[in-house]
Amino acid sequence: MALPKVPPLSPARPDEILRPARPWFIVLTLMLALFGNLLPFSGASLALRPDFLALVLLYWCIQEPRFVGVGIAWCVGLVMDVGDATLFGQHALAYAVLAYAAEYFRRRVLRFPLWQQALQVALLLALCAGLVILVRVVGGAPLPRWTYAVPPLSGALLWPVITVVLQWPQRPARSAAEL
Amino acid sequence: MRHIAADPPAFFHRGPSPLARLAFFGLISIALLFLDTRYRYLENIRHVAATVLYPLQRAAQLPGEALGWVGSYFVSQRVLSEDNATLRRQLVEQGVAVQALPTTQQENARLKALLDIRGRVGAAATAVEVLYSGRDAFTHKLFVDRGSDAGLTAGEAVIDAEGVVGQVTRVFPYMAEVTLITDKDQAVPVRVERSGVRSVLFGAGAGRTPELRFMAPNADIRIGDRLVTSGIDGTFPQGLAVAQVTTLERDTGQMFARITARPVAGVDRSRHLLVLGRAAALPPRPEEPAEAETAKKPGRGKARRG
Repeated sequence: MALPKVPPLSPARPDEILRPARPWFIVLTLMLALFGNLLPFSGASLALRPDFLALVLLYWCIQEPRFVGVGIAWCVGLVMDVGDATLFGQHALAYAVLAYAAEYFRRRVLRFPLWQQALQVALLLALCAGLVILVRVVGGAPLPRWTYAVPPLSGALLWPVITVVLQWPQRPARSAAEL
Repeated sequence: MRHIAADPPAFFHRGPSPLARLAFFGLISIALLFLDTRYRYLENIRHVAATVLYPLQRAAQLPGEALGWVGSYFVSQRVLSEDNATLRRQLVEQGVAVQALPTTQQENARLKALLDIRGRVGAAATAVEVLYSGRDAFTHKLFVDRGSDAGLTAGEAVIDAEGVVGQVTRVFPYMAEVTLITDKDQAVPVRVERSGVRSVLFGAGAGRTPELRFMAPNADIRIGDRLVTSGIDGTFPQGLAVAQVTTLERDTGQMFARITARPVAGVDRSRHLLVLGRAAALPPRPEEPAEAETAKKPGRGKARRG
């Protein structure tokens, strides 16, 4: 009896054709990322923790720009504003800009191997964080500590993992070479 | 990593362009930010949304709590007996003070009656537990597990066993937000316990100790002085320990002395806190133009800002 063939848990090869993602899967992963952001981290672990929601959002904006775009990113950001009890519109604005930048750069980002994608993701996440700082400092808040620069970097380190996990259900069971 | 369905050519209608969408949502965000910072119009919406999000928030606590249970199950006998011994010793030490308390209270009541001073109302207190610390890097906040269900209201003082921790700033149905005294926008009216000098302790933000501002260089204050709440704001009951003076720079060339004070309470450590109800009802304020009043009370006005 043959088990259904499952693709390996590794990055898709450049020649591999991914199936379109199912909408419920996108929603589920966004919910899980929100859950990850709401976990009660504190102290050093909080300083290290990447913004899971921004990462997953970025992945879908790059891979499925017709499902997830500026509008959805904005709504998700608003939910995050409530969850973190920050200013209304702070995450929303940052995520909307992130989604736009992802839409703008997606073709370029996808051309590179994963670790080089991660470098570009670090820049995109840093843009997002910089925007939040700008908004808050204009609103009268003090500058955050230097540890505020860590989450974009840890997020970029997590990018290959996120990519492998999120593209796994979209990978065909049998590769083109075996057909 | 290409898709089977390639992107349609640009002349196929796909709604407004991404840039137009960004401009639209960006403008809404900026409007929301403006309304929230300047006018705080959106508190009702925030309450509703926070209530909807509450189950997910609560579920996110579960992994940590489960770890805590497992951890507490494996606490060693030695740690427990050490704790027990410490607590017993504290009990005996505090027992002395408690025995003397009724006499002191009676004496105090008599003296107050003699002097015709308004008594402090024994305000109701609610014990709360910290759910999680705020994730916003720009503010110092805590979230506790009781909210309007336990009758908390915004503005109440929050203390732990050692002293003042902060102030309730937002109340949701099942939780409340506490702004810590180290937050940049938080101010606590204090009195130097030794000399009685009044001042206001301002939080300084991330990683810095709170400071006493606007103190003349010759003010009667020394390193190591304890600061207690003065109670003149009607929010914090008087006499609660707040901080201890750690650095003091008197530069006669400057207008004011630079004084920083470290909070005595475990502001970022304590798990079990006490929310104190409002202190004695203050006499009504004299009629004043609204502007003059806000200008006179920077501490209270700022403390409400988030």
